[in-house]
Amino acid sequence: MSFNAFLFQALNGLSAASGLFFVAAGLSLIFGVTRIVNIAHGSLYMIGTYIAYSIATKVGGAFGFWGGIVITALLVGLIGAAIEIVLLRRIYRAPELFQLLATFALVLVINDATLWIWGPEDLLGPRAPGLTGSIEVLGRRLPTYDIFLIFVGPFVLWMLHLALAKTRFGRLMRAATQDREMVGALGVNQAMLFTGVFALGALLAGLGGALQIAREPATLATDLIVIGDAFVVVVVGGMGSISGAYLAAVIIAEVKALCIGLGIVNFGGFTVNFSKLTLVAEFLVMAAVLIARPYGLLGREQVAVRSVAEPEEPLRPSTPATKIAGLILLVVLVCLPLIAKNSPYTLVLGIDVLIAVLFATSLHFIMGPGGMHSFGHAAYFGLGAYGAALLVKWFAAPMGLALAAAPMLALVGALLFGWFAVRLSGVYLAMLTLAFAQIVWAAVFQWETLTGGSNGVLGVWPSAPFDTRTPFYFLTLALAAFGVLLLRKFLFAPFGYAMRAGRDSPLRAEAIGLDVKRVHWLAFAIAGAVCGIAGGLFAFAKGSISPETIGVSRSIDGLVMVLLGGIQTLTGPIVGASVYAVLQDYMMRSTEYWRALLGGIILLLVLAFPSGIVGGFVKLISRRKTTSKAAS
Amino acid sequence: MSDLAIRSLSKSFGGVRAVNDVSFDIKRGEFLALIGPNGAGKSTCFNMINGQLPPDSGEIWFEGAKLNGKKPRDIWRLGIGRTFQVAATFNSMTVIENVQMALISHANQVYRLWKPAASLHRERALELLAQVGMQDAADRPSRELAYGDVKRVELAIALANDPRLLLMDEPTAGMAPKERNDLIALVKRLVIEKGISVLFTEHSMDVVFAFADRIIVLARGRLIADGDAKSIRDNPQVREVYFGTGKTFQKSEAH
Ligand SMILES: Nc1ncnc2c1ncn2[C@@H]1O[C@H](COP(=O)(O)OP(=O)(O)OP(=O)(O)O)[C@@H](O)[C@H]1O
Ligand SMILES: [Mg+2]
Repeated sequence: MSFNAFLFQALNGLSAASGLFFVAAGLSLIFGVTRIVNIAHGSLYMIGTYIAYSIATKVGGAFGFWGGIVITALLVGLIGAAIEIVLLRRIYRAPELFQLLATFALVLVINDATLWIWGPEDLLGPRAPGLTGSIEVLGRRLPTYDIFLIFVGPFVLWMLHLALAKTRFGRLMRAATQDREMVGALGVNQAMLFTGVFALGALLAGLGGALQIAREPATLATDLIVIGDAFVVVVVGGMGSISGAYLAAVIIAEVKALCIGLGIVNFGGFTVNFSKLTLVAEFLVMAAVLIARPYGLLGREQVAVRSVAEPEEPLRPSTPATKIAGLILLVVLVCLPLIAKNSPYTLVLGIDVLIAVLFATSLHFIMGPGGMHSFGHAAYFGLGAYGAALLVKWFAAPMGLALAAAPMLALVGALLFGWFAVRLSGVYLAMLTLAFAQIVWAAVFQWETLTGGSNGVLGVWPSAPFDTRTPFYFLTLALAAFGVLLLRKFLFAPFGYAMRAGRDSPLRAEAIGLDVKRVHWLAFAIAGAVCGIAGGLFAFAKGSISPETIGVSRSIDGLVMVLLGGIQTLTGPIVGASVYAVLQDYMMRSTEYWRALLGGIILLLVLAFPSGIVGGFVKLISRRKTTSKAAS
Repeated sequence: MSDLAIRSLSKSFGGVRAVNDVSFDIKRGEFLALIGPNGAGKSTCFNMINGQLPPDSGEIWFEGAKLNGKKPRDIWRLGIGRTFQVAATFNSMTVIENVQMALISHANQVYRLWKPAASLHRERALELLAQVGMQDAADRPSRELAYGDVKRVELAIALANDPRLLLMDEPTAGMAPKERNDLIALVKRLVIEKGISVLFTEHSMDVVFAFADRIIVLARGRLIADGDAKSIRDNPQVREVYFGTGKTFQKSEAH
């Protein structure tokens, strides 16, 4: 690549950086003040693209476009304020993970609302009036609109800085970012401050979205793509730092532009197509930054947020009643093929549910007792699934071998990723695990020759005698029950106690000779391996595996299952996974708008049962017990 | 022979010299009180001895081995137990499980995956709890305990690896005067029975003067006095420090 071409790509990168910066800045501001990681921020950006499109096409002309951008930003700001007032305000005191769950539910609802209003087609907006031309730069033509975008980013950065430094609202925001409690103590109207910050963040997201319509069509896939990018930017830049967000946006955009510019390069007979590495590159940058500077380039060490999680009951061995219930459940599951003789679909669903249970239980293992909130558990599912599928594809391996290899590959991946992940905690750990999962996803997606790229691997069918539904169901049941019981056994063993000790009080744990990082690292690896079994089973159950089944949404499904069931009980993930898998299946078959329905149900559950279904149930019982004791 | 030797230990936080050129020894079986007003640098000293904070300069020796650069978990394995100013226990476990966890670690069984932890070392854990008078609460969740009781459980945990040196940062904070006396009397008995050396901080001067073999006084990071109860009581510099901060020996008892 010539030096000029290189510079040209760098300019392209700068114009892309502005859009990234707007979303990331909003996300960062909101996190700084409210300590909420707003997963729905990409959705606000997406709404921005659609609203701006509507105004620009309906009103038309220069006012429709430029005025539309301003109106869109304000409207999205209002929507943000409404979300804060109606929903978030109720969950500031809830555990961090519940806030994530609630904002994820918003993603689902907003996505379906957009589908309902604007329909499924991609919508391409008009060119920007007054900036339709292009000028010659370095021997190539650069659209004037892109040049405009290059300047908008730094301009907004400068405005934000002024606003933060000069206005009372800005000073309050900075104070709150540094010490939330202190602002409360100063008697500042906290509710107003939070609503204001949320509205400002939403406004920035809407602005970012609106500015994009002249470059890219509005599509329904924008929300998750943008939030993924924005997370990367915020984490690389440092949570809560606006300048960090701009710096990181530029770095990420430049790295991507560079990859595209490099194209296919020959390294002594070994060709690498860099333009296919854009996705991996972004997450590699993030992983590298998190490893070298755990709090981002310009971020400061997170002030330990006082844990508002509910205290956890000690682990007790199962009572006879639970044992009997478990046994009955197992018997019912074993008899399911008989019971459901006339509806073969039940077994298909049964297999799905069992795989989900195994997946969720392995995630719960590190999230609950380990206290590590992984946002990338799909990585180990994917490694297991692809490990098995590729063995079948390339070596025609029998199913037994492929299923044995699945947890092995997942184990190796988890050992590698986990080693880095356990060095962080909280949101940073969540983001690093997400980055690793995206690396796996992107590698699978972009390494076409090995994995079949977006088409995935087809024809992964079980070998005899498991090639019919009922035997395969039994195999799944056996492996799922084995996995769940194994993890349970580990939790009651010294190792599981050491995991909880390290989570409860790292200080005390280290002071009695425990190597907390090592214990958590091994726990991470064990969970990864068990998750790999679920992945392997999944590949054989479906007969195929593709990148989209191992994407972000699978990681989030896992989180939702664990939180639905309740993170503090061992039966929680089982109940949560079953309920979620069945609900999802039922709703997907009954309505086009199943996402919104699911999101609505999650929101209701979050508001009604802040400690999950099983957790809420347990609390209900213990309350009943104490009242009856008091009465007698 | 001295058990623990501290040589010219210093530590600053930003501009604050929290500990400034401090040297002292603890002899085997000695019950040594480290006193000083709030912010004197007592906890910082503890944190450096047990490896939680790296000293800026100076050396720490224990039974002829240098502790500088070692991790808390390695220092614990050398036979140094510790309790914290703000008690640290495992809240999701029962009282006895807290002690069992320490015993499991002491027996190098942490990475075992099979036998239930609750069945391991139960007897010994009960013994330890009995020593601190907590055996009746053995199966209660530790997060339900009153703060004074948590402190006692912490002591039981700290005793689990049969330490030869015990570091106790305000072991009696949050206790009533009678309880304080009992706990310190108990520790004193352990010192005599088992030959454990103890370094402890304590705000109640009555307790300190009644039980400590020797007293060292820290003020603004510097060691200003070292001696027995009588010489400390009569030391003009110590009196000044305590009066200077608005504290008298009498008042501080209510602290
Ligand atoms: N992690 C830290 N960062 C910054 N300053 C610290 C830190 N830990 C202690 N300090 C400062 O060092 C000085 C000594 O603190 P230290 O906790 O050792 O005192 P102390 O004698 O234990 O007091 P107290 O009786 O209140 O427990 C104080 O000025 C304190 O503010
Ligand atoms: Mg202290």
